[in-house]
Amino acid sequence: MGQVVLEMEGISKSFGATRALNGVKLTVRSHEIHALMGENGAGKSTLMKVLSGVYQPDAGIIKVDGQPIVITKPADARAAGISLIYQELSVATNLTVAENVFMGSEPRTPWGMADTAEMNRRTEEVLRTLEAPFSATTPARKLSIAQQQQVEIARALIHKGRILIMDEPTAALSDRETDALFKIVRKLRDEGIAVIYISHRMAEVNALADCVTVLRDGAYVGELAREELDPGKIVQMMVGRPLGDFYQHKTGRQIGKLVLEVSDVAGGKVRPASFQVHAGEVVGLAGLVGAGRTELARLIFGADARTGGRVVLDGTEVKINEPLDAIRLGIGYLPEDRKGQGLFLQLSALVNTSMNVLGKNARAGVINHPALRKLTRQAIDRLSIKVNGPDGIVGGLSGGNQQKVLLARWLEISPRVLLLDEPTRGVDVGAKSEIYMIINELAAQGVAVVVISSELPEVIGICDRVVVMREGVITGECTGDDINQEKIMTLATHDVRSAA
Amino acid sequence: MSTSGAASIGAGRTETTHGSFIGRSFERLGMLPVLIVMYLFFYGLTLYYSDDGTSNFLTTNNNMNILRQVAINLVLAAGMTFVILTAGIDLSVGSMLAVSAVLGMTMSLPDWMPAMSLPVFVAAGLVCGLVNGAMVAYFNMNPFVITLGTMTALRGAAYLLASGTTVLNNNIPSFEWLGNGDFLAVPWLIWVAAAVSVVSWFILRKTILGLHIYAVGGNPQAARLTGIKVSSILLFVYSINGLFAGIAGAMSSSRLYAANGNWGVGYELDAIAAVVLGGTSLSGGVGSIWGTVIGALIIGVMNNGLTILGLSSFWQYVAKGVVIVLAVLLDKWRQQHNLSY
Repeated sequence: MGQVVLEMEGISKSFGATRALNGVKLTVRSHEIHALMGENGAGKSTLMKVLSGVYQPDAGIIKVDGQPIVITKPADARAAGISLIYQELSVATNLTVAENVFMGSEPRTPWGMADTAEMNRRTEEVLRTLEAPFSATTPARKLSIAQQQQVEIARALIHKGRILIMDEPTAALSDRETDALFKIVRKLRDEGIAVIYISHRMAEVNALADCVTVLRDGAYVGELAREELDPGKIVQMMVGRPLGDFYQHKTGRQIGKLVLEVSDVAGGKVRPASFQVHAGEVVGLAGLVGAGRTELARLIFGADARTGGRVVLDGTEVKINEPLDAIRLGIGYLPEDRKGQGLFLQLSALVNTSMNVLGKNARAGVINHPALRKLTRQAIDRLSIKVNGPDGIVGGLSGGNQQKVLLARWLEISPRVLLLDEPTRGVDVGAKSEIYMIINELAAQGVAVVVISSELPEVIGICDRVVVMREGVITGECTGDDINQEKIMTLATHDVRSAA
Repeated sequence: MSTSGAASIGAGRTETTHGSFIGRSFERLGMLPVLIVMYLFFYGLTLYYSDDGTSNFLTTNNNMNILRQVAINLVLAAGMTFVILTAGIDLSVGSMLAVSAVLGMTMSLPDWMPAMSLPVFVAAGLVCGLVNGAMVAYFNMNPFVITLGTMTALRGAAYLLASGTTVLNNNIPSFEWLGNGDFLAVPWLIWVAAAVSVVSWFILRKTILGLHIYAVGGNPQAARLTGIKVSSILLFVYSINGLFAGIAGAMSSSRLYAANGNWGVGYELDAIAAVVLGGTSLSGGVGSIWGTVIGALIIGVMNNGLTILGLSSFWQYVAKGVVIVLAVLLDKWRQQHNLSY
């Protein structure tokens, strides 16, 4: 581990009455991957926005190489060698890779035109060190998310970035892409760059970090060196209490009769798929990102057109041509993209939770608002949603509370079957555990639950049975003691490995 | 009763509701303060420039005048609010008004069926709206492009139907009242505009259909996944917009005892301006009829005030444009200010 390149001390930042950061410190050395951890709202992103010049701190000192510096705008941060790679990528898809890399700082020819040759040459150089499978002149629209990320990294390197901030870089990557990214990050570390790595995922931090700083409620909790890294300890620091068996939620379930029978359902990339779910059972749908799990759930729910197969509910074949059919039969689907496909962000909690029961609470199309208000209050209490009453707008809620609002929407229809697609994505540790409890409670009440998740410990912890998919095909099923990481991963990747 | 519905989906854009009571009221009032300030401003100006120290701006007569002038734009803007709430736009309202006016007026001629004039006005608008709606909803085409097309085509159709001249008729007993009669000392034009506003408010705030309109505008993908038939909703909003354009066609024909292909040119822009001034978001899902009423009144007060002051119509265009941009800027600033608490 090298010498200290960045010190942040006593950083405070308030937004109105909300104290987002309170005397936070962070010390980062060269040749180091420094993980920054904390629940949503702990202040990680705010701290990094202070560092990259997006926000001005109310108090505190930032030192680079021991020299105090003032960062009042993103250009100052860039000049100090600090580069931020955002959660949402900012690649312009209509430009080439090189144009993206040099955006805003294009080298000029003596005539004042952008020097494309020079841009391409220098970009190629950087891409080679990243071992990127595309070239400087590739149009950015042809790149996958992972490759766009490499473009952003290349941009940071071109600007002689010595401190690289990565905010949840693997959120949208498959396992293989994640491995490739890790390789790049390690390589950058070995070349002397200090990497600040923000992540929720314990496994990643374990695999990657040389050092961890934990924040909680905008305050510094502690720093752990490589030798001290222990998931239990980190989680405890993040939430301020021991969590016990965090993922273990399988209590009081009584597996009943067959409720949902999917046979040979196909469409899109999904090859004829069959599986069954019983009342009171939680079935996991595991696999790599892109294995076709979401697509299968959408086919069952009627969101996409099926090309074949049957869906049988309680022993009778049902016709599901569109989501409304599924909803009427008591089948709910929680989409993986909460904001894009689930919530009405500008509307109230009441509207968001009541969307599927408007008809029941209306006469001649006129809504009975008092009745809905009562239902929404009950849902808010039942799921302990932190929202400003039924009229609170959901756009401003944390990820966990937004997810609970969506769950509440489906609970209103008293579902027979619930298809939950990544129910804990982008949700903090505390809310995660609450969502597990809700899932368990639903199963205990006899709902047939299907959980799609890319987080294996989660699948293992809450599911009674795990169906594994790979490239659109169901490759197997695990039950009992077979529900373990090795078995699931083998089914999820097997052929890929043997072919390779 | 009335506040419960408004509160649950109202005040949409801002995330904070925990502010002070005054802050919250201000939020709900929207652009009303702007309207009041502008009204007082014109009152002051007309006083200042008058020869005898009295203003003929603040009189019952002139207030009626303002409302009467606002009525047609408000009817169009109410329909436009539905469309814009779904993140759509309808550029064809002025042309729909012309088609409806020409057809209804022709029907009122002695050789045709004068008694059927009113239904024809309304039906003509509705059919035009259905055409727009069907194309947007079922062919999944961009509403700006579709209605740009129908705006042009229907304008041509209106000229053709009127054979390039003006359809005149001074004897229109079946709907003369609409543009020229009073009810309880208030012109029917104003009653109709008020009724259209109330009906729109009721649909948007009190019915499932209204909520679905907000949902489709806010997030069409999520709307579909909650079982909302998005295309039916789109068909509805363009149809009701056409229906209202038909009503507006009847209003203007009755007022002027005439119709020609040139009726309603540029009306779509006044309607859109009223909706936007009222705080309805062009990206859909946020807004209210209440806001549109205020927006239409702001435009009306400004037109009237500038005319009384004797400003040339060229300057009126400039002033109107500037006020629209400033008002929306103010609204944006207000919302961001609210957000940062």
